[in-house]
Amino acid sequence: MQPIGCVNSSHQMKRDVFQAIADPTRRAILLLLATQALTPNALAEHFDSTRQAVSKHIKVLSEADLVKQKKVGREIFYEVNATQMKQIEKWIEKFKGLLENRFAQLDDVLSKLKNK
Amino acid sequence: MTFDVDRKNKQIHVEREFAAPVETVWSAWTQSEFLDQWWAPKPWKAETKIMDFRVGGRWLYAMVSPDGNKHWSLTEYKSVAPQKNYTGLVMFCDESGNANADTPRSLWNNTFNADGDSTVVDILIKFDKLEDLEMLVGMGFEGGFKMGLSNLDELLEKK
Repeated sequence: MQPIGCVNSSHQMKRDVFQAIADPTRRAILLLLATQALTPNALAEHFDSTRQAVSKHIKVLSEADLVKQKKVGREIFYEVNATQMKQIEKWIEKFKGLLENRFAQLDDVLSKLKNK
Repeated sequence: MTFDVDRKNKQIHVEREFAAPVETVWSAWTQSEFLDQWWAPKPWKAETKIMDFRVGGRWLYAMVSPDGNKHWSLTEYKSVAPQKNYTGLVMFCDESGNANADTPRSLWNNTFNADGDSTVVDILIKFDKLEDLEMLVGMGFEGGFKMGLSNLDELLEKK
């Protein structure tokens, strides 16, 4: 199947979102950040891994636009980029709608064929 | 219709039953005279330029917008088991069928299962990355919808 032509992405992501959330630690990080914004240190305390490992995961999530930074005073906090998370769900829902429309049209074609 | 997203493997699995025997449903999916009647979401129309349904063959067609803009697409058929299954690599292209390397590709694996007088079509779509869906749906919906609205604007202006 297939769609139609080209559309401009609003921005170019550096990393594949689904690859970013395929990792269980990164999903856990997203869940934590969904409840509250955290500093890198506070975040690392929730995990057994080294701070370095956690910051690598954060880097992947940032590159996929799933996590963004905000500065409060001198401290950096990480928070979930809700827009990006919703975008993906939106595309999936629209794709589903596209298929549903298409198949309803196929139903019409098939019923015409049967009545021939 | 069942619709399952497998994020880890970047694929979507769809199942849909059609109220026609498998020969008829197979024809509707593999012959351009029928595909042109249902492949494009209204108000767009599908127009086939080349259909060569066999392994290594291609379907080159345009999605035509209500105001006549054409967006070209290509399916390269990778395997065919008549009235059972076919796989095809779907991509965007120009009107001569030259694939556009900067745009996403998806691999469609369609299986046709007879169920009495009905047919269940099992569709597995594999993406390089699921974000490609943005482009796949972009023109079909928002583009088409916006275009529909701008047509309406034109009509209103004429009045």
